[in-house]
Amino acid sequence: MLGNPMWSNLQQLPRYRGLIQTLVARELKARYRGSALGFVWSFINPLMLLIVYSVIFTTILPNPSEETKPYPLFFFCGLLPWTWFSASLTEAAGSLIAGGNLIRKVLFPAEVLPIVTVFSNLVHFLLGLPILITFLLAYRHYPSPLHLLWFPVIVLVQLVFTIGLSLAFAALTVHFRDIRDILANLLQLWFFATPIIYSWRQPGFIYDHHRLMQMNPMMDLAVGYQEVFFFREDFGAWKGILAVAALSVVVFLAGYWLFDRLRDSFGEAV
Amino acid sequence: MKTGAAITLEHVSKVYRRYSGRHFATLKSAILQRSVLRELRPNEVLQALSDVSFTVPRGSTFGVVGRNGSGKSTALKLVAGITKPTSGTVKVDGRVSALIELGAGFHPEISGRENVFINGIMLGLSRKQIEDRFDAIVDFAEMREFIEAPVKTYSSGMYMRLGFAVAIHVDPDVLLVDEVLAVGDEGFTHKCLDKFAEFKRRGRTILLVTHSLGLVERFCDEAVWLDHGRKTGQGDPKRVIDEYRTDVEKEEAVFLATSDAEAQQAVEKPAVSTDQPVDPGAAASDMSQVAEGRWGSGGAEIHNVRLLDGHGQPSQMFHSGEAAIVQFDVKADRAIDDFVFGVGIFSAEGVCVYGTNTFIEEYAAKRLEGTAAVEFRIAALDLVEGTYKFDVAVHRRDGAPYDYHRLLYTFRVKSPIKDVGLYRPEHRWTFTGVEWEPKR
Repeated sequence: MLGNPMWSNLQQLPRYRGLIQTLVARELKARYRGSALGFVWSFINPLMLLIVYSVIFTTILPNPSEETKPYPLFFFCGLLPWTWFSASLTEAAGSLIAGGNLIRKVLFPAEVLPIVTVFSNLVHFLLGLPILITFLLAYRHYPSPLHLLWFPVIVLVQLVFTIGLSLAFAALTVHFRDIRDILANLLQLWFFATPIIYSWRQPGFIYDHHRLMQMNPMMDLAVGYQEVFFFREDFGAWKGILAVAALSVVVFLAGYWLFDRLRDSFGEAV
Repeated sequence: MKTGAAITLEHVSKVYRRYSGRHFATLKSAILQRSVLRELRPNEVLQALSDVSFTVPRGSTFGVVGRNGSGKSTALKLVAGITKPTSGTVKVDGRVSALIELGAGFHPEISGRENVFINGIMLGLSRKQIEDRFDAIVDFAEMREFIEAPVKTYSSGMYMRLGFAVAIHVDPDVLLVDEVLAVGDEGFTHKCLDKFAEFKRRGRTILLVTHSLGLVERFCDEAVWLDHGRKTGQGDPKRVIDEYRTDVEKEEAVFLATSDAEAQQAVEKPAVSTDQPVDPGAAASDMSQVAEGRWGSGGAEIHNVRLLDGHGQPSQMFHSGEAAIVQFDVKADRAIDDFVFGVGIFSAEGVCVYGTNTFIEEYAAKRLEGTAAVEFRIAALDLVEGTYKFDVAVHRRDGAPYDYHRLLYTFRVKSPIKDVGLYRPEHRWTFTGVEWEPKR
């Protein structure tokens, strides 16, 4: 099995650390170049999202559930990682086409491109945390320190899971450009199917009735984040997170396998 | 210096597929019909290389020549590892740097300095190595004052120069060069050539793809000629390039002949007419304003215009200084006693290079009836390289044409010397008290 070219390519991956690091730094630097506020946007963007959704779900369309209060806090715990996830996938899907010059004309490890999008969005996610912490302090809603230990684990699981999906979508989008549009809509649906703006514990939640909802790996992750930062009772999400951890390894390998299979066609199809 | 092969291509073929006209409408239908992999198959193929083998010895400079679309760049990409051969094997020994797409991956929004680092890392250098070479890179690119500015403010020349400088400072064992010497002014080109020479001295291998045959002749130890994806010649660069040049000339000659034939056919069809009146006497001076074509009163007709080389073989391709012969037949149904034969040579831009006729040269016309043969022999075609056209005509002494063939015939002059102007007088340089490097 180790003679398989996929494994030897996979073993090369750690060697691209420096390259990935550099490209992530470039993405972040280039992103806000020329804007007056520059890097401050990394904080303002999630803050704006927080304000918009809070106004909607506390004033316009109030969420009646008691346990999601204070609502902005609850909702932000799920929205931050979701933004990381969905932005990564959307950008990754177009990453090979955008980096066509590199793939066609230079000897360049193509898998680096989607991976870079996941990592640069991870940085934005981490930059959103200070906002979350500020709000936690403002509401005097202090999470349990023991639960906080789970935070890096959940981030790691989500990272592996997202990279796996990103590789697959990036590779497929080269051949089927429609995927980018399909993906945008799929992510919209996925967002509402994941307990982010509502709690899975809310009475009448369809989670009880639909097996499909239980199979959503993003649900386990979202609940994980909520139990780390928001709910102070027992950390019940750990079973789900471990299951998603196992799944994410499978998704990563499958995504990498697909990417590797299609690799030689990129140079010509991009 | 080790010996052996730096690059080996064995029976390499490369087929490009085109995925344009796919049959399914969406991914969904492809999945539903379980035809994703089948549909991914191409419906158009292009054979870029077929069964090409050659070996580049370590430390040599190796040229690849050929027309556009002959597979040169594909060969280079295969060696660089950017694409994989469809069949056959490509082996490269040592670190490769490809001067193919200069500055690929430069990000327009960030500074030249940061881009140098990113580009260097992409090309396989470590941060430390780039720091060590940074000054050399910037100096080589002549970019010291602009290095902090974002790359989007660079001119295309600056962009290429910086890309070139980074790529060349990767210090590879094998350097692949694809037609990149056009990146700068004369001075920069010389610097690049010096850098190649330095590579060569240090025993590095260079694979050079270029249309600049002179460069191959001067620099390369060996050359290969690709034509339509096949290896057509290999060996001493001088010999390979001569073969290649001859082939190109042959093709050009065929092209000239067909375009000439088309032009003549176009004017042959309508019978000779006088629809373009010519002001008698002004014929010679106003000629340069007249477009190509054929006209005249028809009292005599020119047929069968031929251009021959010194051996009497039909030709449209001459080397500067060779003999050339213009022949044509003149047919007059009724006897005429007022006739002048003329010949004119024009540059491609329409500048008259030379014109003469039998009247100017004081042949006194007496009688022409039936078919006559006219030959105009040029002992030495002392023209500089270029495309030329010529006129033949038969007209009255006052200039009124019987049959005028204007710029209908084309020929090319080839020359190894790229001098300028139109006319090359036979010449020789003599010097005293001057020393010269040996001629390259």
